[in-house]
Amino acid sequence: MRQTRAIELGTGLFVLLGFAALFFLVTQITSREFGLGSGGYRLTASFDQVGGLKTGAPISMSGVTVGRVESIAYDFGEYRARVTLRIDPQYDRIPDDSDASILTAGLLGGQYVAIGAGASETFFRDGDRMQFTQSAIVLENLISKFLFSKAAEQQPADQAAQESNP
Amino acid sequence: MAAAMIRDLIGSLQAALGALGRYALFGARLAIETPRALLRFRLVVEQVYNTGALSLVIIMLSGLFVGMVLGLQGFDLLERFGSEESLGTAAALGLLKELSPVITALLFAGRAGTALASELGLMRATDQFAAIEMMAVDPVRRIVMPRFLGGVISMPLLAAIFSMIGLYGAQLVGVQLMGVDQGQFWSQMRGAVEHGDVMEGVLKSVVFGIACSLVAVYEGYHSLPTAEGVGRATTRTVVISSVSVLLLDYMLTAVML
Repeated sequence: MRQTRAIELGTGLFVLLGFAALFFLVTQITSREFGLGSGGYRLTASFDQVGGLKTGAPISMSGVTVGRVESIAYDFGEYRARVTLRIDPQYDRIPDDSDASILTAGLLGGQYVAIGAGASETFFRDGDRMQFTQSAIVLENLISKFLFSKAAEQQPADQAAQESNP
Repeated sequence: MAAAMIRDLIGSLQAALGALGRYALFGARLAIETPRALLRFRLVVEQVYNTGALSLVIIMLSGLFVGMVLGLQGFDLLERFGSEESLGTAAALGLLKELSPVITALLFAGRAGTALASELGLMRATDQFAAIEMMAVDPVRRIVMPRFLGGVISMPLLAAIFSMIGLYGAQLVGVQLMGVDQGQFWSQMRGAVEHGDVMEGVLKSVVFGIACSLVAVYEGYHSLPTAEGVGRATTRTVVISSVSVLLLDYMLTAVML
């Protein structure tokens, strides 16, 4: 009898540990956060280009994470991407002329929303819309811009060279 | 000469097909018996203890070291690209999707599979199955089923424990020794790993659990009733489980990618 009790205890412990590990894997190392995503207030911001921004990406002010991206949707009213930002409740003094921009952390890092504080005396409230936004930078556009400007520099130089030795 | 070779070839092909068929039939029988066996839960619990709880130490120890090696190797590799913050992602995906199901299954075959096979083989060798049948009790139902189910239940839990310990091992080396930022380690991992990745690992470990347990109970139950037969059943268990786990792993990965 004593031995079966010990076996049952050992099994119970093992199964508990196994399910705890599974729970840990599902909740702690995946992006969905349970229970944390409800507090605070929401702002919306429209962007021409959100790039690789994902739901759950951090929102940062001067590098401090103040909230998370709650949803990203396409708005057919103005033909831009509408991003809903959830700001933690303690950061309730963001001036209502602040701007939002989508930046990339490091070269290969994920994208996040940076809020630059404005100068207004009044603050954002729940449901407000951010007026000033700056889109994500698409690397291909940047490269093509760079190449075109190089080509434009090259052209007058070629012309000058042709004129100097006919 | 050539005719004899062809005859040999056909003979061994027939033997292989026959073995596959016997495995399939035995597996089907176990599947049919499963609901009824789950009702006698006490027997299953005992076997979860034997296959799962007793394998815990070796699984945790291996998980720790595999995770630590992953931390070292991953750091060395990622540092060359200047993105050592991705170490958490690399370790988590590597462990969840590949390393923990496969290594747990191999260890499981070595630790629990051999124990099952030799136990059943010894029962066969000492005519215990005949004695049980004499009492009008079905030995498959009474002896084999709980062992099979115990293995199937234990395996995903062991793999999950392996993943968790391995992750902490990788964190130990990557963050504490190599100086990756702890916040980056976890937050990049959270950003990149999805529920689908966890589920892929769980699904793999369930399939491996079924495969390893089936091989172990089949080989043990059908072993020759001699001392040599028990030994051979144990060896075959390890060999067949390992090969089939690696084969299944490739097929599952190809399907789920």
